[in-house]
Amino acid sequence: MDSVFGVEYDGGVIIASDQNNARSILTYQTNLDKVAELSSHSAMGVSGPNADLVNFSQYISKNLALYELSNNGLKLSPHAQANFTRGELATALRKGPYQVNIMLGGYDTIKNQASLYWLDHLAAMAKVNYGAQGYASSFCLSIMDRDWKEGLNQEQAVAIVEKCIKELQVRFLIAQPNFIIKAIDKDGVNTLSFGADPADN
Amino acid sequence: MARRYDSSTTTFSPEGRLHQVEYAIEAINNAGTCIGILAKDGIVMASEKRVTSGLLAPSKSSEKTYKISQHVACNVAGLTADANILIDQARLRAGRYEYQYCEPIPVEQLVELVCNYKQAYTQYGGLRPFGVAFLFAGYDEHYGFQLYQSDPSGNYSGWKATVIGSNNQAGKSLLKNEYGSSSSSEEEEEEKEGEMKVEGAATEEISMPDVKGALRLAVKVLNKTMDASASSSEKMELYVMSLENGQVVHKILNKEEAQKVIDEVEAEATPAGET
Repeated sequence: MDSVFGVEYDGGVIIASDQNNARSILTYQTNLDKVAELSSHSAMGVSGPNADLVNFSQYISKNLALYELSNNGLKLSPHAQANFTRGELATALRKGPYQVNIMLGGYDTIKNQASLYWLDHLAAMAKVNYGAQGYASSFCLSIMDRDWKEGLNQEQAVAIVEKCIKELQVRFLIAQPNFIIKAIDKDGVNTLSFGADPADN
Repeated sequence: MARRYDSSTTTFSPEGRLHQVEYAIEAINNAGTCIGILAKDGIVMASEKRVTSGLLAPSKSSEKTYKISQHVACNVAGLTADANILIDQARLRAGRYEYQYCEPIPVEQLVELVCNYKQAYTQYGGLRPFGVAFLFAGYDEHYGFQLYQSDPSGNYSGWKATVIGSNNQAGKSLLKNEYGSSSSSEEEEEEKEGEMKVEGAATEEISMPDVKGALRLAVKVLNKTMDASASSSEKMELYVMSLENGQVVHKILNKEEAQKVIDEVEAEATPAGET
């Protein structure tokens, strides 16, 4: 079961997720990157079966790329991207739902503002300052509730994320040794750290 | 000439022309004039109201200016019945975009969608083209205020100032001289023919008029293109798009406000004498 969470700070947003790819009693890999980069200034942490995770995140990111190509390089704001994503989840819901739960973070380069969205597989969406998907929420929301405040800088936001990771590693039944952490700010999407290199094969 | 090739939209003439499309464009040259002017702080669209009969009931809505969405409006020149179809299409596409993205559609994208719809009638189906030309005025966060003109061929371009409808050539040449220069007889800057895309207003700050100046210029041009000697607020419709508290505001001037602008233009003209 995947752990995905996000924390917004002043000037950016962090998205983090575990790197396990497992099914039933077997672990396929421990270096999976579940934070899909959608566009130059947005990314989404996705949890769910690997098939849907990959299929849906590629579907969204390719559609966003098509938009930019079709419109002279014009970019969709994170708000628009999140609503588009939610719309796709909603349309698929009564046909063949995507079983993905998402934390979508982005930086709006026109308004100069970061934003974070919580989306689930039933196409619910909420704009949040911090959030988590999956079992991680049971362990981490209380930490974020206590430590998050307005005007954090990147270091402080990362510190909160690392606190959450430690909590999971101590208390969560399923061993998740590796986590990947990405930050999105005015300079784009940047991988801050990972437990295992996703490029290693 | 080439009579054999002009009854079908789906046939090129030997000279490589689509006569049906050209005839559609001709139809608009008989329609009431519409002028669009881009200003620093908004857009002005002025149109000639053609009252065909005194028995006509006073219209509750405009026959020239239409709101497409909160941030886009348009002026029509040509067959009103044709225009209604396209306006419905424009409103639908603007609405659909907002449904999908929860954001207003970038103005150029909307114009292109309407134009692509028009283009289909110049290529397939054997149906005649739409006999309408539009002036689209809109605001978005990417490029600010923008003015676009589109015609039956499905072509569109961005303008700083332009005219469609009857006597549009006279209107355009007057705009070419007057737009961007001060209203008194100073050195007039030569403005490039406005076929270029309208970029952010920043580069044109010096020569771009404000809404008030644009209104006066529009009325001046309308006076020239309308055959009637006396201009009155009944014969023209003045529309202004501007920003108030970050929200786009659409306004059609009422009788008193329109008359005020007309009087201001008259006052300017008389002491300076005829140019």
